[in-house]
Amino acid sequence: MILASPSSQLATSFIEIGAVALVLAVLARVAGRFGFTAIPLYLIAGLAVGEGGVFPLDVSHDFIALVAEIGVLLLLLTLGLEYSPAELRHGLRSGMAAGVFDAIANFLPGFAAGAALGWAMPAAVLLGGVCWVSSSGIISKVLADLDRLGNRETPAVLNLLVMEDLAMAVFLPVASALVLGRAFGSTVGTIAVALAAVSGIMLLAFRAGDRLSAVLDRGGDEPLLLAVFGLTLVVGGLAQRLEVSAAIGAFLVGLALSGPVQHRAGALIGPLRDLFAAVFFVFFSFQIEPARLVDALGPAALLAAVGIATKIGTGWFAAAQAGVGVPGRVRAGTTLAARGEFSIVIASLGAGLADGERLGAVAAGFVLLTAVVGPLAARSADRLATAIGRD
Amino acid sequence: MTEIQETLLPGVGVRHEFTTSGGERLALLTHRTGRRELAIYDSDDPDMCRTVLHLSGEDTIALGELLGASQVSETVRRMQRLEGVAMDWITIASTSPSAGRTIADGDFRTRTGASIVAIIRDESTVPAPGPEAQLDAGDVVVAIGTPEGLERLQALLGT
Repeated sequence: MILASPSSQLATSFIEIGAVALVLAVLARVAGRFGFTAIPLYLIAGLAVGEGGVFPLDVSHDFIALVAEIGVLLLLLTLGLEYSPAELRHGLRSGMAAGVFDAIANFLPGFAAGAALGWAMPAAVLLGGVCWVSSSGIISKVLADLDRLGNRETPAVLNLLVMEDLAMAVFLPVASALVLGRAFGSTVGTIAVALAAVSGIMLLAFRAGDRLSAVLDRGGDEPLLLAVFGLTLVVGGLAQRLEVSAAIGAFLVGLALSGPVQHRAGALIGPLRDLFAAVFFVFFSFQIEPARLVDALGPAALLAAVGIATKIGTGWFAAAQAGVGVPGRVRAGTTLAARGEFSIVIASLGAGLADGERLGAVAAGFVLLTAVVGPLAARSADRLATAIGRD
Repeated sequence: MTEIQETLLPGVGVRHEFTTSGGERLALLTHRTGRRELAIYDSDDPDMCRTVLHLSGEDTIALGELLGASQVSETVRRMQRLEGVAMDWITIASTSPSAGRTIADGDFRTRTGASIVAIIRDESTVPAPGPEAQLDAGDVVVAIGTPEGLERLQALLGT
């Protein structure tokens, strides 16, 4: 407990946390300047302050770990807040084929890579998840920055993100059950309980979400912020008790909120999420030894090359289904190539596995590469399309 | 009537698009925040927005008013372009002999050839008034006729 520490230790903690925050502020600014997401830079910063890094920190790991976990919950909460039930239903109806294509084309390379590296099944499944999910944060930023929100291929891209969102509601509990590493029968039982709990909460969220939203909407901003924060942690904690994964609980809270309160809560939680999530990203790579990351760079680069190609294929397929021409298909594919926050969330589930640290290192390298190359590719999509057209 | 197509953009808002009579494809993107984007599609790549205008809530109101106002005056101009037909707004003077009398009493149609198509009284409008409609001092009548007919009507009502 930080408050109980002797005052000199407290002083050290303050100075260290403050210094890291200042460094992150500079990194976020640099990233903003070049139109990039700051996540790769946060990961590099985490390496620098971790064990074996350039400036190892003394701050209590328990404290940072807790803040990082809250960061994950808030990331998932805002993901749930992103879409209204109507948008989810619409996405499900119009994005099904592309969603299945996306899952197969992008999960398999990651899973195969994990198996090829000789990892046990749970770690390979998690690497499949890391490779599967695009970063909705990076993608919405790229679409807005490049003025592509009005483009004809954009609904296909956004519907695919909705599909991945919904798929995560199933994938995360299954992956968490696998990570527990019990016998086959018991794992199946855990998965069944988890999925039943998810469908139960989801049904409740869609049915009673309006009433909950109406109750929350009555107060001012401060009670709303505290209520949403509290509700997220309580539901997350309960989900964790049921071994469903706290992240899914937080995600379902986000889904349950709709109407005006959805947008208000989104605006209020946004800055809080940025703060906690930054700690999460730093803490994630903080646990990776730089030497491990160097070892992982080869496999990560290979997987990134394959993963970018399969995402371009996915975007091509989704846009073609929407009747979009070749340049638009290339734009959709390159836009989808970036992985980010959710790949890191998935990899962090496996932190306790035997191959956990190697998984973390490959995931960090993979996200670093795709998060930088993806937006660059999206920017030059039209040149790429002309090149394809010439062949 | 222009056919408007609506597309839901999950997490962003909604997009409406239509093709102008000139053949250009136009889209209006309404963000959930109320911000809007007005976009014109490229002629070579019909899936891509060539020009995008970013409008705040206030910009949208200003643009809407400009478009709305010019539409009204455009309609009036078009009516005036009908060969030999004119339209005029005439205020009934308190000195006018027609004040306090009905349209039938004035027998304006026969005397001037111009028709009274509406009476504007304070904030309300009486469209297509019948012969029994009464004209009061301060009312504004909207009339259609030949320019000469309207001048004669002006002489009867306005003085």
